[in-house]
Amino acid sequence: MARVRLKYYAVLREQAGCGEETVDTAAADAAGLYDELARRHGFSLGRDRLKVAVNAEFTGWSQRIAEGDEVVFIPPVAGG
Amino acid sequence: MSGFSFSHERIDPAALAAGLADVAAGGFVSFEGWVRNENEGREVRRLDYEAFEELALKEGARIVAEAIERFGIRGARCVHRLGELGLGEVAVWVGVASGHRAEAFAACRYIIDEVKHRLPIWKKEHYLDGDSGWVNCERCAEAAGHAAHGHGHPHDH
Repeated sequence: MARVRLKYYAVLREQAGCGEETVDTAAADAAGLYDELARRHGFSLGRDRLKVAVNAEFTGWSQRIAEGDEVVFIPPVAGG
Repeated sequence: MSGFSFSHERIDPAALAAGLADVAAGGFVSFEGWVRNENEGREVRRLDYEAFEELALKEGARIVAEAIERFGIRGARCVHRLGELGLGEVAVWVGVASGHRAEAFAACRYIIDEVKHRLPIWKKEHYLDGDSGWVNCERCAEAAGHAAHGHGHPHDH
C-alpha cells in the first residue's frame, strides 16, 4: 500500500466533492489509481479523455505510484 | 522573470506591453482573449477559470521559451486570468516584441495555440438560463455515454 495525495480540479473536483484527499492505494500504476478513484467517486470521464501528472510533471498512465506521490488527473483543458 | 504568469486581478494590457519595450524591436504583436457572450449557441453571462498552477506555470514558461528559441524574437510574455470573469474582460494576454513583424505574428500565434492546448486551465461557463458547465468536459462526457455519438476524444462540438 502507498499513501498518496490527490488534487482535483474542475469537473473532477465537483464530482469528487473535494479539492484534495489522501488515500491509501494498492494500485500499481496511475491507471489503476484512476480506475479505483473513478469507481469510488463516480467520475464521468474515461481515462482516454484525461492526462495525468505526478509530482507536478506530466507523465504516462503506466507511471508507478510511490509512497508520498502527489497525483493530479487532468480533465480536457480549456484555457484561453 | 518567467514568461508566463497568472493574474487574479484584471489584466492591464498597456502595462504588460510597456514591459516588453525594446529599442531593438521593430514590431510588437499582442493577442487578447476576451470573455464572449455566447458559446456553441448558448448565451454566456460569466466564466470561472481555475488552473493547476504549479504545473501550468512551468509548462507556460516552457511555451514562451520555445517561442523565443523557435522564432528568434526579442521578448514574449503571456498572462492568464483566474477566478470569476465578466463579459468583455481579458482572459488571456500574449505579447511579442521582435525585430520584424513576420516572426512576431508567428510567435504570438504559437504561444496562444500552445497555451490553449497544453496548460492545465479550465473554464466553467455560466449561462443566462442559470445552467453551467465545464468547457470540453461535460457535454462531451454526456455525448460519450450516448451510443449514437461515440466520440472518444476531447474537441469542440
